[in-house]
Amino acid sequence: MSTTGSTKTPETANDNKWIGKRTIRPDGADKVTGRAAYAADTTMPGMIWGKVLRSPHPHARIKSIDTSKAEAYPGVKAVMTAKDIVNFPIDKSVMLGIQDMRWMCRNVMAREKALFAGHPVAAVAATTEKIAAEACKLIEVEYEVLPFVIDVEEAMKPDAPILHDFIKYKDKPSNIAGTLEHKLGDVGEGFAKADVVIERSFRTQPVHQGYIEPHACLVSVSDGKATIWSSSQGQFMVRAMCAYLTGLPQNDIRAIPAEIGGGFGGKTIIYLEPLALILAKKSGRPVKMTMTRGEVFHASGPTSGSYSTVKLGATKDGKLVAAQGTFCLQAGALPGSPIRGAAGCAFAPYDIPNVHSFGYDVVSNRSKVAAYRAPGAPIGAYGVECVMDEMAEALKMDPLEFRLKNAAKQGTKAAHGPVYPRIGFVETIEEAKKHAHYTTPLPKAKNGKLYGRGVASGFWFNAGGESSAQVNVNEDGTVVVITGHPDIGGSRASTANITAEILGIDYKKVSVLIGDTSVIGFSNLTGGSRVTYASAMVVTQSTEKVITQLRERAAKIWKIDPDAVVWENGEARPAGDNAGKFEPLSLGQIAAQASATGGPIGAGQQLNTTGAEGGFATHVCDVEVDPDLGIVRVLRYTAFQDVGRAIHPSYVEGQIQGGAAQGIGWALSEEYIYNKDGKLDNPSFLDYRMPVSSDLPMLDSVILEIPNPKHPQGVRGVGEVPLVPPLAAISNAVYNALGRRFYSLPMSPPKILATMDMAAD
Amino acid sequence: MDVQYVAPKTLDEAIRAFAAAAGSGRILAGGTDLLVQMRNGIVSPGTIVDIKKIGELTSIEETKDGGFRIGAAVSGMVLREHPRLSKVWPGVVEAANLIGSTQVQGRATPGGNLCNGSPAGDSVPAMVAAAATVTIQGPNGRREMAVEKVPKGPGRLNLEPGEIVVSFNLPPRAKGSSDAYLRMIPRTEMDIAVVGCGVSLTMDKGTCTAARVGLGAVAPTVLLVEEAAKALIGSKLDEAALAKAAAACSAACRPIDDKRGTIAYRTKVAGVLLKRTALIAAERAGGK
Repeated sequence: MSTTGSTKTPETANDNKWIGKRTIRPDGADKVTGRAAYAADTTMPGMIWGKVLRSPHPHARIKSIDTSKAEAYPGVKAVMTAKDIVNFPIDKSVMLGIQDMRWMCRNVMAREKALFAGHPVAAVAATTEKIAAEACKLIEVEYEVLPFVIDVEEAMKPDAPILHDFIKYKDKPSNIAGTLEHKLGDVGEGFAKADVVIERSFRTQPVHQGYIEPHACLVSVSDGKATIWSSSQGQFMVRAMCAYLTGLPQNDIRAIPAEIGGGFGGKTIIYLEPLALILAKKSGRPVKMTMTRGEVFHASGPTSGSYSTVKLGATKDGKLVAAQGTFCLQAGALPGSPIRGAAGCAFAPYDIPNVHSFGYDVVSNRSKVAAYRAPGAPIGAYGVECVMDEMAEALKMDPLEFRLKNAAKQGTKAAHGPVYPRIGFVETIEEAKKHAHYTTPLPKAKNGKLYGRGVASGFWFNAGGESSAQVNVNEDGTVVVITGHPDIGGSRASTANITAEILGIDYKKVSVLIGDTSVIGFSNLTGGSRVTYASAMVVTQSTEKVITQLRERAAKIWKIDPDAVVWENGEARPAGDNAGKFEPLSLGQIAAQASATGGPIGAGQQLNTTGAEGGFATHVCDVEVDPDLGIVRVLRYTAFQDVGRAIHPSYVEGQIQGGAAQGIGWALSEEYIYNKDGKLDNPSFLDYRMPVSSDLPMLDSVILEIPNPKHPQGVRGVGEVPLVPPLAAISNAVYNALGRRFYSLPMSPPKILATMDMAAD
Repeated sequence: MDVQYVAPKTLDEAIRAFAAAAGSGRILAGGTDLLVQMRNGIVSPGTIVDIKKIGELTSIEETKDGGFRIGAAVSGMVLREHPRLSKVWPGVVEAANLIGSTQVQGRATPGGNLCNGSPAGDSVPAMVAAAATVTIQGPNGRREMAVEKVPKGPGRLNLEPGEIVVSFNLPPRAKGSSDAYLRMIPRTEMDIAVVGCGVSLTMDKGTCTAARVGLGAVAPTVLLVEEAAKALIGSKLDEAALAKAAAACSAACRPIDDKRGTIAYRTKVAGVLLKRTALIAAERAGGK
């Protein structure tokens, strides 16, 4: 792994003490010793257990629910159904972020219909988990079983079973819940100018984020006020959704973020918290709920399966002149698939004059999708980057050279709207081209194995949004920073680096805490690759305010004008005419005199941050294929990414490696498999095949730092774009090895062998 | 309902406890299947009989004639650490050590693997290829059975009520003999065999003079493929003989289409694995 010299910025070349340094993660020791408190680790006196009764049918009308036997069962303290949840009528949208409460209130518990196998129908709280589970079985639900549809193409057919009568497309009942269109220029004219036109269709299966920690929460309600301990990507999201779904005002809900054992977007939504809150309210006892792995697979939110068609047109000299894409994404039971990511990001890396990108949001009888790392973007990029590879081959161009020739740069107008400011996409391709990975020849075949290399690029929007921070100077000169973001990817370490750098003090003197909803101002979700970006902005401004106060205190002590005091290297120094007249005052010295000079020192900032700007990456991948068994192994993988500025390089690399690893799973082995009854057939880590560590080579990352001009440290979001290129990079590598193109994922051994055998016949 | 747990020190006690529990008793060896099944609500035994405290079930003996007696409750790791077993039966040991992670291998046992009744159990095809027999003891005494006769179908065994598998008996080896086991899994570890193949053979001056082939995960039970062995015996394991044996393996397959593999895939891969496994076994036996 390396930070490439050629793109070093003045900031990284200078003598930063903490920004850009691999400091020890503040939460690391607790996590490796098992001391960190996750949601399922929390207990309370008098606590009881909640369990969910789930629909066995993928699609059924709920005619009646009789809970009387469960309520009478010894040990049961409360039973609830959808009747206990605030109903949001279908005719009026109530949005919270990307979630519509009309769908949320039907997702956390089936209302009119059960829409997928695993859909909650009722919940029970009892003195033990076992009693709660037994009581669930005593609830009598009368279902009218309905025909179901799971696959996205099937669901779009005119005669498909309709999930929701209220969804109409072109005035007819439909499973197409929404569309999204981006247009630039005129694709008709563009394709007319093309010398080569290639159009292909692609399929991907639904995949799960695969976070290791299942959803869990503990909720206590006392005197009408609720306290929620839960694992989520945003305590404020938990509070707001629970407020909507239970009718409690936000000031009566305190949401405390537990340590989070992975989310990848899947915990930007809630499942158990409102149920536990209602059960706690009904029973008067704290209620704990945890999902089993099976429940996580059945009923949390994986990302969409998809059917896409991508058409590219280029001139003989290798210039793209037109691009068209249709991306049909499976939303699951209720609307909201990530068509914006698919249709918006698909063509975003390229400067193409004529673009038409269209997305369909399609409901079907599987669990409602939740966000998954760059939601939708990997699906869009998969088709586009595979056709890019085919186009480069048709034009007899090197695939990276072809991308370079068409790469978006500062001033390029993207089909999804923006005109790009300074971006670093070109640099990712140039670095890949000259990197030893790309220049080292690969054997074609050895010992019966075949080898291939593939490349692909990708884009993700990145997000800004609301963040709050408070920076307090303690009496002993140490510093506490509070932010409102659960730390998934090392954001506490990054925040400490920034604060220590600006204040000019030792990193160890800075503690970073995550505040609950009652101690820190509103902070939006940990998602959209936004946390280090946005929290750096509010932490920077808070720290700058603190420095102003420190200069004022020093001025007061010295009895000079605050403007005559500068803050350098962690101490106040007299400047201008006063330079050298007083001994500098350290942070500790000023803190010790805080009471006498005006009281506690500290400041906060709250912003709706903007200027996040997109992230770009190019990945290079080598594979080895066993042609007789159809097994594909990734031998070497290098990701090149413009990160703006790596505040903490280890966690930037961690994000890049994590995204690439998930992409490898998506491309080769992960998929939701449904049986003929519409039930998930592989709800475990045994048969939902995520790569294990021995499946992967070292995933190398090359960090490029082209600073974001709109950010104080130059940060761009880094967490999501690494999942955008892998699907196509691996597909292109497999093609390079086998000489056969695959248009559907995962490229599992049976699929590889079937395709090879077809070719042989 | 409460679960009763007993850990007898003798086989007789174990058999009495197991027989007394009638249908609600389950044998606990490593527990890597049983405990998972209990947690998932697949089984809820009334009595658990832990057999790991019984000497005969937890020891490995090399017999006077050069065979081995392996207690049914010996863990994969103990098998691997035995100074002689890996040299004589490398295929049996490698098969048992493909089950689960390192931690699981410290618990999982060949007896449990066989009695779980899964056609995909890794140690079973290797034991079948090795011509292992099992010693079984029950309320009506002791008997021996060829290992391939033990499974009746997925999760079902040809054991009488109250019978416990006590040990595996591996026969003495002729000079120039060895064995090997390969399985196909999509991942590199932590997975379950889509196809498993065990081959045991004897080589004499480059000619295969004896062979047995066991195939897993391609039929309701692990198969002994005699036609494949016949194709190997008498040959120099040349391409034609291997192709014939591979075809015999494919022909013997009666697999299902499921989440782990298709019928076409399993059928083809059975042949591919036969070729590769036979060559490894031959190499270990002293070369072609």
